[in-house]
Amino acid sequence: MDSEAKAAPDGPAVSCRGVGKIWAAGTARAHEALKGIDLDVEPGEFVVLLGPSGCGKSTLLYLMAGLEKQTAGVVDYFGDPVTAPSPDRSLIFQETSLFPWLSVWENVSFGLQIRGDSEPERRDAAKQVLRRVGLAEVGTKRPDELSGGMRQRVAVARALAMRPRLLLMDEPFAALDVQTRQKMQDFLLDVWRESAASVVFVTHHIDEAIALADRVCVFTARPGRIKEIVPVDLPRPRDPFAPESEALRRQLTALLKDEVDRAFAEQEGLLEVG
Amino acid sequence: MSVSTHADQSAGRDGAAADGNTPPSARPTPVFLERLRKILPQIGWTLLSVGTFALIWEILWVAGVADPKLLPPPHVFLGDFADQAKFFNTAQRWQIGVSESSGPSPWQAVMITVLSSAMRVFVGISIASILALSVGTAIRYWVAVERLTLPTITLLSPVSPIAWLPVAIFLFGIGNAPAIFMVVIALFFHMTIATINHIDGVNRNLINVARTMGATKYQIYRRVIIPAILPGVFVILRLNLFGAWMVVLIAESTGVGYGLGQVIMLARNTFNPSLVFFCIALIGLLGFTTDWLMRMTQKRVLYWVNDPSGVLRGL
Repeated sequence: MDSEAKAAPDGPAVSCRGVGKIWAAGTARAHEALKGIDLDVEPGEFVVLLGPSGCGKSTLLYLMAGLEKQTAGVVDYFGDPVTAPSPDRSLIFQETSLFPWLSVWENVSFGLQIRGDSEPERRDAAKQVLRRVGLAEVGTKRPDELSGGMRQRVAVARALAMRPRLLLMDEPFAALDVQTRQKMQDFLLDVWRESAASVVFVTHHIDEAIALADRVCVFTARPGRIKEIVPVDLPRPRDPFAPESEALRRQLTALLKDEVDRAFAEQEGLLEVG
Repeated sequence: MSVSTHADQSAGRDGAAADGNTPPSARPTPVFLERLRKILPQIGWTLLSVGTFALIWEILWVAGVADPKLLPPPHVFLGDFADQAKFFNTAQRWQIGVSESSGPSPWQAVMITVLSSAMRVFVGISIASILALSVGTAIRYWVAVERLTLPTITLLSPVSPIAWLPVAIFLFGIGNAPAIFMVVIALFFHMTIATINHIDGVNRNLINVARTMGATKYQIYRRVIIPAILPGVFVILRLNLFGAWMVVLIAESTGVGYGLGQVIMLARNTFNPSLVFFCIALIGLLGFTTDWLMRMTQKRVLYWVNDPSGVLRGL
Protein backbone atom coordinates (compact mmCIF):
# COMPACT_ATOMS: atom_id res chain seq x y z
CA MET A 1 0.00 0.00 0.00
CA ASP A 2 2.80 2.39 0.86
CA SER A 3 4.54 1.64 -2.40
CA GLU A 4 1.34 2.49 -4.24
CA ALA A 5 1.08 5.78 -2.42
CA LYS A 6 4.53 6.83 -3.54
CA ALA A 7 3.94 6.06 -7.21
CA ALA A 8 1.83 9.20 -7.46
CA PRO A 9 1.25 10.10 -11.13
CA ASP A 10 0.94 6.55 -12.45
CA GLY A 11 -1.16 5.21 -9.60
CA PRO A 12 -4.93 5.31 -9.35
CA ALA A 13 -6.71 8.64 -9.10
CA VAL A 14 -8.62 7.50 -6.05
CA SER A 15 -7.66 4.61 -3.88
CA CYS A 16 -9.88 3.39 -1.04
CA ARG A 17 -8.55 0.77 1.37
CA GLY A 18 -10.73 -0.69 4.10
CA VAL A 19 -12.85 2.46 4.20
CA GLY A 20 -15.66 2.54 6.74
CA LYS A 21 -17.96 5.25 7.99
CA ILE A 22 -20.11 5.20 11.09
CA TRP A 23 -22.47 8.16 11.42
CA ALA A 24 -22.91 9.64 14.87
CA ALA A 25 -20.29 7.23 16.19
CA GLY A 26 -20.39 6.67 19.92
CA THR A 27 -24.00 7.78 20.34
CA ALA A 28 -27.23 5.85 20.56
CA ARG A 29 -28.10 6.81 17.00
CA ALA A 30 -24.85 5.44 15.60
CA HIS A 31 -25.23 3.49 12.42
CA GLU A 32 -22.75 2.07 10.02
CA ALA A 33 -23.01 3.47 6.50
CA LEU A 34 -19.93 1.93 4.88
CA LYS A 35 -17.76 -1.02 5.71
CA GLY A 36 -14.53 -2.36 4.27
CA ILE A 37 -14.58 -0.52 0.94
CA ASP A 38 -11.64 -1.35 -1.34
CA LEU A 39 -11.82 0.50 -4.62
CA ASP A 40 -9.39 2.02 -7.09
CA VAL A 41 -10.49 4.56 -9.67
CA GLU A 42 -7.96 4.86 -12.49
CA PRO A 43 -7.19 8.23 -14.10
CA GLY A 44 -9.70 8.89 -16.84
CA GLU A 45 -11.96 6.06 -15.74
CA PHE A 46 -15.75 6.26 -15.43
CA VAL A 47 -16.90 4.36 -12.35
CA VAL A 48 -20.56 4.06 -11.40
CA LEU A 49 -21.60 3.28 -7.83
CA LEU A 50 -24.92 1.45 -8.03
CA GLY A 51 -27.01 0.45 -5.07
CA PRO A 52 -30.33 0.73 -3.26
CA SER A 53 -31.22 4.03 -1.60
CA GLY A 54 -29.47 4.63 1.68
CA CYS A 55 -26.69 2.12 1.02
CA GLY A 56 -23.94 4.64 1.65
CA LYS A 57 -22.80 5.22 -1.91
CA SER A 58 -23.24 8.97 -1.55
CA THR A 59 -21.32 8.78 1.71
CA LEU A 60 -18.38 7.27 -0.17
CA LEU A 61 -18.58 10.16 -2.61
CA TYR A 62 -18.47 12.68 0.23
CA LEU A 63 -15.44 10.92 1.68
CA MET A 64 -13.67 11.12 -1.68
CA ALA A 65 -14.56 14.81 -1.91
CA GLY A 66 -13.16 15.38 1.57
CA LEU A 67 -16.42 16.79 2.89
CA GLU A 68 -16.70 14.04 5.49
CA LYS A 69 -14.11 12.02 7.37
CA GLN A 70 -14.06 8.22 7.25
CA THR A 71 -14.02 6.34 10.55
CA ALA A 72 -11.87 3.50 9.23
CA GLY A 73 -9.37 2.93 6.45
CA VAL A 74 -7.73 5.40 4.07
CA VAL A 75 -8.87 7.37 1.03
CA ASP A 76 -5.97 8.46 -1.17
CA TYR A 77 -6.12 10.90 -4.05
CA PHE A 78 -3.19 10.48 -6.43
CA GLY A 79 -1.21 9.01 -3.57
CA ASP A 80 -2.02 11.62 -0.91
CA PRO A 81 -4.60 11.06 1.81
CA VAL A 82 -7.75 13.13 1.41
CA THR A 83 -8.06 15.48 4.38
CA ALA A 84 -10.08 18.43 3.09
CA PRO A 85 -12.15 19.42 0.06
CA SER A 86 -10.17 20.54 -2.96
CA PRO A 87 -11.10 22.30 -6.21
CA ASP A 88 -9.33 19.45 -7.99
CA ARG A 89 -12.21 17.15 -7.00
CA SER A 90 -15.53 18.66 -7.99
CA LEU A 91 -18.81 17.43 -6.58
CA ILE A 92 -22.10 17.76 -8.45
CA PHE A 93 -25.32 17.29 -6.54
CA GLN A 94 -28.72 15.85 -7.32
CA GLU A 95 -30.75 18.93 -6.55
CA THR A 96 -30.00 22.26 -8.01
CA SER A 97 -27.08 23.65 -6.13
CA LEU A 98 -26.68 26.83 -8.13
CA PHE A 99 -26.63 30.06 -6.17
CA PRO A 100 -29.98 31.68 -6.99
CA TRP A 101 -28.67 35.20 -6.42
CA LEU A 102 -25.90 34.88 -8.99
CA SER A 103 -26.27 34.93 -12.75
CA VAL A 104 -25.28 31.85 -14.71
CA TRP A 105 -21.81 33.11 -15.56
CA GLU A 106 -21.21 34.22 -11.98
CA ASN A 107 -22.23 30.76 -10.82
CA VAL A 108 -19.88 29.12 -13.27
CA SER A 109 -16.98 31.30 -12.19
CA PHE A 110 -17.75 31.07 -8.47
CA GLY A 111 -14.74 28.87 -7.78
CA LEU A 112 -12.49 31.23 -9.70
CA GLN A 113 -13.72 34.10 -7.59
CA ILE A 114 -12.97 32.11 -4.45
CA ARG A 115 -9.49 31.56 -5.87
CA GLY A 116 -9.13 35.30 -6.41
CA ASP A 117 -9.18 35.61 -10.20
CA SER A 118 -9.97 39.03 -11.65
CA GLU A 119 -13.34 39.74 -13.20
CA PRO A 120 -12.19 39.77 -16.87
CA GLU A 121 -10.44 36.44 -16.32
CA ARG A 122 -13.58 35.02 -14.79
CA ARG A 123 -15.79 36.29 -17.60
CA ASP A 124 -13.51 34.72 -20.17
CA ALA A 125 -13.29 31.41 -18.37
CA ALA A 126 -17.05 31.29 -17.82
CA LYS A 127 -17.70 32.05 -21.49
CA GLN A 128 -15.40 29.23 -22.59
CA VAL A 129 -16.85 26.66 -20.23
CA LEU A 130 -20.42 27.65 -21.04
CA ARG A 131 -19.67 27.22 -24.72
CA ARG A 132 -18.37 23.75 -23.96
CA VAL A 133 -21.63 22.74 -22.32
CA GLY A 134 -23.65 24.35 -25.11
CA LEU A 135 -25.01 27.23 -23.03
CA ALA A 136 -23.04 30.14 -24.45
CA GLU A 137 -26.18 32.26 -24.76
CA VAL A 138 -27.53 32.11 -21.23
CA GLY A 139 -24.61 33.59 -19.28
CA THR A 140 -26.54 36.61 -18.01
CA LYS A 141 -29.70 34.75 -17.02
CA ARG A 142 -30.48 33.70 -13.51
CA PRO A 143 -30.74 30.00 -12.58
CA ASP A 144 -34.50 30.07 -12.01
CA GLU A 145 -34.99 31.14 -15.61
CA LEU A 146 -33.48 27.87 -16.85
CA SER A 147 -34.94 24.39 -17.20
CA GLY A 148 -33.83 21.58 -14.91
CA GLY A 149 -31.54 20.05 -17.51
CA MET A 150 -29.92 23.39 -18.30
CA ARG A 151 -29.35 24.02 -14.61
CA GLN A 152 -27.54 20.73 -14.22
CA ARG A 153 -25.43 21.59 -17.25
CA VAL A 154 -24.52 24.87 -15.58
CA ALA A 155 -23.59 22.89 -12.47
CA VAL A 156 -21.35 20.68 -14.60
CA ALA A 157 -19.85 23.80 -16.19
CA ARG A 158 -19.16 25.24 -12.76
CA ALA A 159 -17.32 22.06 -11.81
CA LEU A 160 -15.38 22.01 -15.10
CA ALA A 161 -14.30 25.63 -14.69
CA MET A 162 -11.96 24.47 -11.94
CA ARG A 163 -10.37 21.95 -14.35
CA PRO A 164 -10.78 19.09 -11.89
CA ARG A 165 -9.09 15.74 -12.40
CA LEU A 166 -11.95 14.01 -10.63
CA LEU A 167 -15.67 14.61 -11.06
CA LEU A 168 -17.86 13.27 -8.28
CA MET A 169 -21.52 13.13 -9.23
CA ASP A 170 -24.27 12.37 -6.72
CA GLU A 171 -27.30 11.25 -8.76
CA PRO A 172 -27.02 14.43 -10.81
CA PHE A 173 -29.81 13.56 -13.23
CA ALA A 174 -32.24 11.96 -10.79
CA ALA A 175 -34.64 14.91 -10.82
CA LEU A 176 -34.83 15.06 -14.62
CA ASP A 177 -37.36 13.42 -16.90
CA VAL A 178 -36.30 10.37 -18.88
CA GLN A 179 -35.68 12.11 -22.23
CA THR A 180 -33.68 14.95 -20.68
CA ARG A 181 -31.76 12.42 -18.66
CA GLN A 182 -30.66 10.53 -21.76
CA LYS A 183 -29.55 13.76 -23.40
CA MET A 184 -27.62 14.66 -20.28
CA GLN A 185 -25.91 11.27 -20.22
CA ASP A 186 -24.67 11.76 -23.79
CA PHE A 187 -23.60 15.27 -22.88
CA LEU A 188 -21.73 14.01 -19.82
CA LEU A 189 -19.89 11.39 -21.86
CA ASP A 190 -18.78 14.07 -24.33
CA VAL A 191 -17.56 16.30 -21.54
CA TRP A 192 -15.79 13.42 -19.86
CA ARG A 193 -14.01 12.36 -23.03
CA GLU A 194 -12.83 15.92 -23.66
CA SER A 195 -11.67 16.62 -20.12
CA ALA A 196 -9.90 13.29 -19.51
CA ALA A 197 -10.99 13.51 -15.85
CA SER A 198 -12.02 10.50 -13.82
CA VAL A 199 -15.69 10.29 -12.95
CA VAL A 200 -17.31 8.62 -9.96
CA PHE A 201 -21.03 8.62 -10.55
CA VAL A 202 -23.64 7.58 -8.00
CA THR A 203 -27.01 6.30 -9.20
CA HIS A 204 -29.68 3.76 -8.41
CA HIS A 205 -30.69 3.48 -12.05
CA ILE A 206 -29.43 0.33 -13.73
CA ASP A 207 -29.92 1.75 -17.23
CA GLU A 208 -27.92 4.82 -16.35
CA ALA A 209 -25.10 2.65 -15.05
CA ILE A 210 -25.05 0.60 -18.25
CA ALA A 211 -25.09 3.69 -20.44
CA LEU A 212 -22.20 5.38 -18.69
CA ALA A 213 -19.84 3.13 -16.80
CA ASP A 214 -16.47 1.57 -17.50
CA ARG A 215 -17.05 -0.36 -14.30
CA VAL A 216 -20.16 -0.68 -12.14
CA CYS A 217 -19.69 -1.17 -8.39
CA VAL A 218 -22.79 -2.80 -6.97
CA PHE A 219 -23.33 -1.96 -3.31
CA THR A 220 -24.98 -4.05 -0.61
CA ALA A 221 -27.65 -2.57 1.63
CA ARG A 222 -26.45 -1.14 4.92
CA PRO A 223 -23.80 -1.19 5.90
CA GLY A 224 -22.72 -0.44 2.35
CA ARG A 225 -20.14 -2.81 1.00
CA ILE A 226 -19.02 -3.46 -2.52
CA LYS A 227 -20.80 -6.65 -3.51
CA GLU A 228 -19.41 -6.95 -6.97
CA ILE A 229 -17.56 -4.88 -9.54
CA VAL A 230 -18.98 -5.45 -13.01
CA PRO A 231 -16.87 -4.24 -15.95
CA VAL A 232 -18.80 -2.86 -18.93
CA ASP A 233 -16.69 -3.46 -22.02
CA LEU A 234 -19.08 -2.09 -24.61
CA PRO A 235 -18.12 0.58 -27.14
CA ARG A 236 -19.83 3.93 -26.78
CA PRO A 237 -22.36 5.12 -27.82
CA ARG A 238 -24.12 2.16 -26.36
CA ASP A 239 -27.33 0.64 -27.62
CA PRO A 240 -29.51 0.04 -24.56
CA PHE A 241 -31.36 -2.72 -26.45
CA ALA A 242 -28.31 -4.68 -27.65
CA PRO A 243 -28.10 -8.23 -26.33
CA GLU A 244 -24.98 -7.39 -24.32
CA SER A 245 -26.83 -4.56 -22.60
CA GLU A 246 -29.75 -6.88 -21.91
CA ALA A 247 -27.44 -9.44 -20.34
CA LEU A 248 -25.85 -6.75 -18.16
CA ARG A 249 -29.22 -5.42 -17.18
CA ARG A 250 -30.30 -8.89 -16.10
CA GLN A 251 -27.10 -9.43 -14.15
CA LEU A 252 -27.26 -6.05 -12.35
CA THR A 253 -30.99 -6.41 -11.66
CA ALA A 254 -30.39 -9.78 -10.03
CA LEU A 255 -27.53 -8.39 -7.95
CA LEU A 256 -29.62 -5.46 -6.79
CA LYS A 257 -32.79 -7.40 -6.14
CA ASP A 258 -31.19 -9.42 -3.35
CA GLU A 259 -30.08 -6.20 -1.69
CA VAL A 260 -33.40 -4.44 -2.00
CA ASP A 261 -35.16 -7.53 -0.62
CA ARG A 262 -32.73 -7.65 2.28
CA ALA A 263 -33.15 -3.94 2.98
CA PHE A 264 -36.92 -4.35 3.04
CA ALA A 265 -36.75 -7.39 5.28
CA GLU A 266 -34.48 -5.50 7.64
CA GLN A 267 -36.80 -2.53 7.76
CA GLU A 268 -39.77 -4.75 8.47
CA GLY A 269 -37.79 -6.51 11.19
CA LEU A 270 -36.98 -3.14 12.69
CA LEU A 271 -40.63 -2.20 12.59
CA GLU A 272 -41.65 -5.39 14.40
CA VAL A 273 -39.06 -4.85 17.09
CA GLY A 274 -39.96 -1.17 17.40
CA MET B 1 -64.25 21.35 -13.85
CA SER B 2 -60.71 20.23 -13.95
CA VAL B 3 -60.14 22.24 -17.11
CA SER B 4 -61.34 25.47 -15.55
CA THR B 5 -59.24 24.84 -12.45
CA HIS B 6 -56.23 24.40 -14.60
CA ALA B 7 -56.93 27.57 -16.50
CA ASP B 8 -57.40 29.50 -13.27
CA GLN B 9 -54.19 28.14 -11.97
CA SER B 10 -52.15 29.13 -14.94
CA ALA B 11 -53.75 32.55 -14.93
CA GLY B 12 -52.87 32.97 -11.28
CA ARG B 13 -49.33 31.89 -11.95
CA ASP B 14 -48.98 34.26 -14.86
CA GLY B 15 -50.23 37.02 -12.63
CA ALA B 16 -47.67 36.16 -10.01
CA ALA B 17 -44.92 36.06 -12.59
CA ALA B 18 -45.96 39.43 -13.95
CA ASP B 19 -45.96 40.94 -10.46
CA GLY B 20 -42.63 39.46 -9.72
CA ASN B 21 -39.48 39.07 -11.70
CA THR B 22 -40.15 38.73 -15.36
CA PRO B 23 -36.95 39.28 -17.27
CA PRO B 24 -36.83 42.92 -18.34
CA SER B 25 -36.02 41.96 -21.90
CA ALA B 26 -39.41 40.27 -22.25
CA ARG B 27 -41.19 43.63 -22.55
CA PRO B 28 -39.67 45.95 -25.10
CA THR B 29 -41.33 49.40 -25.17
CA PRO B 30 -44.58 50.15 -23.32
CA VAL B 31 -43.14 49.41 -19.88
CA PHE B 32 -44.86 52.34 -18.24
CA LEU B 33 -48.29 51.51 -19.68
CA GLU B 34 -47.84 47.86 -18.75
CA ARG B 35 -47.01 48.81 -15.21
CA LEU B 36 -49.93 51.19 -15.01
CA ARG B 37 -52.26 48.52 -16.30
CA LYS B 38 -51.04 46.16 -13.62
CA ILE B 39 -51.21 48.65 -10.80
CA LEU B 40 -54.60 50.23 -11.56
CA PRO B 41 -56.72 47.22 -10.58
CA GLN B 42 -54.67 46.93 -7.40
CA ILE B 43 -55.43 50.52 -6.49
CA GLY B 44 -59.07 50.01 -7.45
CA TRP B 45 -59.45 47.02 -5.17
CA THR B 46 -57.74 48.83 -2.31
CA LEU B 47 -60.10 51.79 -2.65
CA LEU B 48 -63.09 49.48 -2.87
CA SER B 49 -62.01 47.60 0.23
CA VAL B 50 -61.51 50.74 2.29
CA GLY B 51 -64.59 52.36 0.77
CA THR B 52 -66.83 49.48 1.73
CA PHE B 53 -65.59 49.63 5.29
CA ALA B 54 -66.18 53.39 5.46
CA LEU B 55 -69.61 53.02 3.86
CA ILE B 56 -70.76 50.52 6.49
CA TRP B 57 -69.59 52.91 9.16
CA GLU B 58 -71.47 55.82 7.57
CA ILE B 59 -74.61 53.72 7.26
CA LEU B 60 -74.38 52.82 10.92
CA TRP B 61 -74.09 56.51 11.69
CA VAL B 62 -77.11 57.37 9.54
CA ALA B 63 -79.06 54.58 11.18
CA GLY B 64 -78.11 56.05 14.54
CA VAL B 65 -76.27 52.95 15.76
CA ALA B 66 -72.86 54.62 15.82
CA ASP B 67 -72.84 57.52 18.24
CA PRO B 68 -70.93 60.35 16.52
CA LYS B 69 -69.54 61.47 19.86
CA LEU B 70 -67.85 58.09 20.43
CA LEU B 71 -67.53 56.62 16.94
CA PRO B 72 -67.49 59.63 14.61
CA PRO B 73 -67.80 58.38 11.00
CA PRO B 74 -65.04 59.07 8.43
CA HIS B 75 -66.60 62.20 6.97
CA VAL B 76 -66.55 63.77 10.41
CA PHE B 77 -63.00 63.00 11.46
CA LEU B 78 -61.53 63.44 7.99
CA GLY B 79 -63.76 66.35 7.01
CA ASP B 80 -62.14 69.27 8.79
CA PHE B 81 -58.46 68.80 8.22
CA ALA B 82 -57.41 72.14 9.67
CA ASP B 83 -59.42 71.55 12.80
CA GLN B 84 -57.64 68.27 13.41
CA ALA B 85 -54.27 69.58 12.35
CA LYS B 86 -54.23 72.25 15.01
CA PHE B 87 -53.47 69.55 17.55
CA PHE B 88 -50.39 68.57 15.62
CA ASN B 89 -47.54 70.74 16.49
CA THR B 90 -44.49 71.07 18.52
CA ALA B 91 -45.31 72.14 22.02
CA GLN B 92 -44.55 75.81 21.50
CA ARG B 93 -48.17 76.83 21.01
CA TRP B 94 -48.99 75.96 24.56
CA GLN B 95 -46.16 77.93 25.99
CA ILE B 96 -46.84 81.29 27.54
CA GLY B 97 -46.19 84.24 25.26
CA VAL B 98 -46.39 82.26 22.06
CA SER B 99 -49.20 83.23 19.75
CA GLU B 100 -51.56 80.44 18.86
CA SER B 101 -51.21 81.14 15.17
CA SER B 102 -47.42 81.08 15.19
CA GLY B 103 -45.41 78.11 14.04
CA PRO B 104 -45.94 75.88 11.04
CA SER B 105 -49.16 75.74 9.05
CA PRO B 106 -51.58 72.88 9.79
CA TRP B 107 -50.28 70.86 6.83
CA GLN B 108 -46.70 71.37 7.86
CA ALA B 109 -47.51 70.46 11.44
CA VAL B 110 -49.08 67.15 10.41
CA MET B 111 -46.18 66.39 8.12
CA ILE B 112 -43.62 67.20 10.82
CA THR B 113 -45.39 64.90 13.24
CA VAL B 114 -45.78 62.06 10.77
CA LEU B 115 -42.25 62.33 9.43
CA SER B 116 -40.67 62.40 12.85
CA SER B 117 -42.54 59.23 13.81
CA ALA B 118 -41.57 57.63 10.52
CA MET B 119 -37.96 58.69 10.97
CA ARG B 120 -37.82 57.03 14.38
CA VAL B 121 -39.22 53.80 12.94
CA PHE B 122 -36.83 53.91 9.99
CA VAL B 123 -33.72 54.61 12.05
CA GLY B 124 -34.75 51.97 14.58
CA ILE B 125 -35.32 49.38 11.88
CA SER B 126 -32.00 50.12 10.24
CA ILE B 127 -30.04 49.87 13.47
CA ALA B 128 -31.90 46.72 14.53
CA SER B 129 -31.36 44.98 11.17
CA ILE B 130 -27.64 45.69 11.02
CA LEU B 131 -27.19 44.78 14.66
CA ALA B 132 -29.23 41.58 14.45
CA LEU B 133 -27.54 40.38 11.27
CA SER B 134 -24.11 41.05 12.72
CA VAL B 135 -24.79 39.49 16.10
CA GLY B 136 -26.64 36.50 14.64
CA THR B 137 -23.86 35.82 12.17
CA ALA B 138 -21.18 36.29 14.81
CA ILE B 139 -22.98 33.80 17.04
CA ARG B 140 -22.74 31.14 14.37
CA TYR B 141 -19.27 32.17 13.25
CA TRP B 142 -17.58 32.02 16.66
CA VAL B 143 -18.66 29.44 19.20
CA ALA B 144 -17.37 31.64 22.02
CA VAL B 145 -19.74 34.43 21.01
CA GLU B 146 -22.61 31.95 20.94
CA ARG B 147 -21.83 30.64 24.43
CA LEU B 148 -21.48 34.15 25.81
CA THR B 149 -24.47 35.88 24.22
CA LEU B 150 -27.07 33.39 23.05
CA PRO B 151 -28.45 32.48 26.50
CA THR B 152 -28.99 36.15 27.33
CA ILE B 153 -30.59 36.86 23.97
CA THR B 154 -32.89 33.86 24.27
CA LEU B 155 -33.82 34.92 27.77
CA LEU B 156 -34.61 38.51 26.82
CA SER B 157 -36.39 37.84 23.53
CA PRO B 158 -39.83 37.01 25.03
CA VAL B 159 -39.83 40.18 27.15
CA SER B 160 -42.43 42.55 25.77
CA PRO B 161 -40.89 45.76 24.42
CA ILE B 162 -43.35 47.69 26.59
CA ALA B 163 -41.44 46.45 29.61
CA TRP B 164 -38.36 48.20 28.28
CA LEU B 165 -40.10 51.59 28.23
CA PRO B 166 -38.93 52.66 31.70
CA VAL B 167 -35.41 51.55 30.82
CA ALA B 168 -35.55 53.65 27.66
CA ILE B 169 -36.50 56.69 29.70
CA PHE B 170 -33.88 55.98 32.41
CA LEU B 171 -31.19 55.66 29.80
CA PHE B 172 -32.15 58.27 27.26
CA GLY B 173 -34.53 60.64 28.98
CA ILE B 174 -36.90 62.14 26.45
CA GLY B 175 -36.40 62.91 22.77
CA ASN B 176 -35.75 60.74 19.76
CA ALA B 177 -33.34 58.36 21.43
CA PRO B 178 -35.75 56.45 23.70
CA ALA B 179 -38.25 55.96 20.86
CA ILE B 180 -35.54 54.62 18.57
CA PHE B 181 -34.21 52.47 21.38
CA MET B 182 -37.68 50.96 21.78
CA VAL B 183 -37.88 50.08 18.10
CA VAL B 184 -34.43 48.49 18.18
CA ILE B 185 -35.35 46.47 21.26
CA ALA B 186 -38.64 45.35 19.71
CA LEU B 187 -36.90 44.02 16.60
CA PHE B 188 -33.41 43.04 17.68
CA PHE B 189 -34.02 39.84 19.65
CA HIS B 190 -36.46 38.29 17.19
CA MET B 191 -34.30 39.15 14.24
CA THR B 192 -31.16 37.82 15.86
CA ILE B 193 -32.80 34.49 16.60
CA ALA B 194 -34.31 34.42 13.11
CA THR B 195 -30.87 35.07 11.64
CA ILE B 196 -29.43 32.13 13.55
CA ASN B 197 -32.29 29.86 12.49
CA HIS B 198 -31.91 30.86 8.87
CA ILE B 199 -28.16 30.27 8.97
CA ASP B 200 -28.84 26.76 10.25
CA GLY B 201 -31.36 26.26 7.47
CA VAL B 202 -29.08 27.17 4.57
CA ASN B 203 -29.08 24.44 1.94
CA ARG B 204 -26.11 22.19 2.77
CA ASN B 205 -25.40 21.65 -0.91
CA LEU B 206 -24.69 25.34 -1.44
CA ILE B 207 -22.22 25.31 1.42
CA ASN B 208 -20.66 22.08 0.19
CA VAL B 209 -20.24 23.51 -3.29
CA ALA B 210 -18.33 26.42 -1.82
CA ARG B 211 -16.27 24.03 0.31
CA THR B 212 -15.28 21.86 -2.64
CA MET B 213 -14.26 25.04 -4.47
CA GLY B 214 -11.81 25.65 -1.65
CA ALA B 215 -13.68 28.49 0.06
CA THR B 216 -12.55 29.56 3.50
CA LYS B 217 -14.97 29.93 6.38
CA TYR B 218 -15.04 33.68 5.86
CA GLN B 219 -15.74 33.25 2.14
CA ILE B 220 -18.50 30.74 2.84
CA TYR B 221 -20.20 33.21 5.17
CA ARG B 222 -19.72 36.20 2.92
CA ARG B 223 -20.55 34.61 -0.44
CA VAL B 224 -23.03 31.89 0.47
CA ILE B 225 -24.59 32.16 3.91
CA ILE B 226 -25.31 35.89 4.07
CA PRO B 227 -27.00 36.10 0.64
CA ALA B 228 -28.86 32.87 1.36
CA ILE B 229 -30.40 34.11 4.61
CA LEU B 230 -31.27 37.65 3.49
CA PRO B 231 -34.72 36.80 2.05
CA GLY B 232 -35.80 35.01 5.23
CA VAL B 233 -34.50 37.74 7.50
CA PHE B 234 -36.25 40.34 5.37
CA VAL B 235 -39.56 38.54 5.86
CA ILE B 236 -39.04 38.65 9.62
CA LEU B 237 -38.30 42.34 9.30
CA ARG B 238 -41.54 42.93 7.43
CA LEU B 239 -43.52 40.93 9.98
CA ASN B 240 -42.07 42.99 12.80
CA LEU B 241 -42.60 46.29 11.05
CA PHE B 242 -46.03 46.74 12.57
CA GLY B 243 -44.56 45.94 15.95
CA ALA B 244 -42.07 48.72 15.38
CA TRP B 245 -44.86 51.19 14.62
CA MET B 246 -46.66 50.07 17.74
CA VAL B 247 -43.78 50.63 20.12
CA VAL B 248 -42.88 53.94 18.55
CA LEU B 249 -46.37 55.21 19.35
CA ILE B 250 -46.07 53.98 22.90
CA ALA B 251 -42.67 55.58 23.32
CA GLU B 252 -43.95 58.84 21.90
CA SER B 253 -46.98 58.84 24.15
CA THR B 254 -44.68 59.16 27.15
CA GLY B 255 -43.47 62.55 26.11
CA VAL B 256 -40.90 62.58 23.40
CA GLY B 257 -41.94 66.07 22.44
CA TYR B 258 -43.96 65.45 19.32
CA GLY B 259 -45.13 62.51 17.28
CA LEU B 260 -48.26 60.59 16.44
CA GLY B 261 -48.22 58.73 19.74
CA GLN B 262 -48.22 62.02 21.60
CA VAL B 263 -51.18 63.32 19.61
CA ILE B 264 -53.11 60.14 20.38
CA MET B 265 -52.34 60.57 24.06
CA LEU B 266 -53.55 64.14 23.82
CA ALA B 267 -56.74 62.93 22.15
CA ARG B 268 -57.27 60.37 24.87
CA ASN B 269 -56.72 62.84 27.68
CA THR B 270 -59.00 65.43 26.12
CA PHE B 271 -61.64 62.89 25.13
CA ASN B 272 -61.48 63.65 21.41
CA PRO B 273 -62.60 60.54 19.45
CA SER B 274 -62.38 62.38 16.13
CA LEU B 275 -58.71 63.05 16.69
CA VAL B 276 -58.13 59.42 17.72
CA PHE B 277 -59.68 58.14 14.50
CA PHE B 278 -57.84 60.74 12.47
CA CYS B 279 -54.58 59.46 13.93
CA ILE B 280 -55.59 55.85 13.38
CA ALA B 281 -56.25 56.67 9.73
CA LEU B 282 -52.84 58.33 9.47
CA ILE B 283 -51.09 55.42 11.15
CA GLY B 284 -52.83 52.92 8.90
CA LEU B 285 -51.78 54.87 5.85
CA LEU B 286 -48.22 55.07 7.14
CA GLY B 287 -48.02 51.38 7.93
CA PHE B 288 -49.40 50.56 4.51
CA THR B 289 -46.87 52.83 2.83
CA THR B 290 -43.93 51.47 4.78
CA ASP B 291 -44.96 47.91 3.97
CA TRP B 292 -45.21 48.85 0.30
CA LEU B 293 -41.79 50.50 0.44
CA MET B 294 -40.37 47.37 2.07
CA ARG B 295 -41.79 45.20 -0.68
CA MET B 296 -40.27 47.46 -3.30
CA THR B 297 -36.94 47.26 -1.52
CA GLN B 298 -37.28 43.50 -1.39
CA LYS B 299 -37.79 43.35 -5.13
CA ARG B 300 -34.75 45.50 -5.72
CA VAL B 301 -32.32 44.05 -3.21
CA LEU B 302 -33.54 40.46 -3.27
CA TYR B 303 -34.13 40.29 -7.00
CA TRP B 304 -33.76 36.52 -7.10
CA VAL B 305 -36.69 35.80 -4.80
CA ASN B 306 -39.96 35.18 -6.59
CA ASP B 307 -43.02 36.82 -5.13
CA PRO B 308 -45.03 33.90 -3.76
CA SER B 309 -48.28 35.85 -3.32
CA GLY B 310 -50.95 34.66 -5.69
CA VAL B 311 -49.52 31.15 -6.01
CA LEU B 312 -52.47 29.64 -4.16
CA ARG B 313 -55.03 31.72 -6.02
CA GLY B 314 -55.72 29.00 -8.58
CA LEU B 315 -56.79 26.41 -6.02
